[in-house]
Amino acid sequence: MTFTLSHFSAAVVFALFASIVFGITQRNSTMEQVKYGLYCFALFVGGVFLAGWVMALIRR
Amino acid sequence: MAKPTTDKSTKAAEPEYPLTTIAVVAPIVGWLIPGGGHILLKRYGRGILLLVSVVAMFLIGLGMQGRIYKPNGGDILDILGFVGDVGSGALYFLARIMDWGNVMAANAAADYGKTFLIVAGLLNFIAAADAHHIALGKKS
Repeated sequence: MTFTLSHFSAAVVFALFASIVFGITQRNSTMEQVKYGLYCFALFVGGVFLAGWVMALIRR
Repeated sequence: MAKPTTDKSTKAAEPEYPLTTIAVVAPIVGWLIPGGGHILLKRYGRGILLLVSVVAMFLIGLGMQGRIYKPNGGDILDILGFVGDVGSGALYFLARIMDWGNVMAANAAADYGKTFLIVAGLLNFIAAADAHHIALGKKS
């Protein structure tokens, strides 16, 4: 079975699973894990948008 | 004249977190079966989430025609790719047995797939180390 994800959807899926693992492994309590997981996810996705805008501006 | 030694000075300092059998077994199980170390330590919710995350990343990587690295002694990046891939434990060995990921597709999706496969292994290494810390008592 093969499938193709766009660059953006691949980045979001990557961010989701990496954030889950980071949240669980880097914090102790459940609430802290959820907060840290969301923080990592926001940084990942925010980084994608930032890098996208930087590349778009460089291309102009 | 030699001073009499006290118990405090002769006895080696006891480690704060003594190494137990479970602290050795949990990370090995966690490496072989993603999340297995946490499940062994009765952290069922965390273990299942880790299992789902690592397995999903591995399967997505394979689905995107990512390449599985074989043991090699060549280019440093190929060696590091192998180290990352082997972090997935049983998934890596299953993929090698079934000859999955033996592709040389040169497109962007395959490159993302290769990254997914490597990162799945690296995240599993982190999860195995976490299981070790929980077993030692460093983490709850």
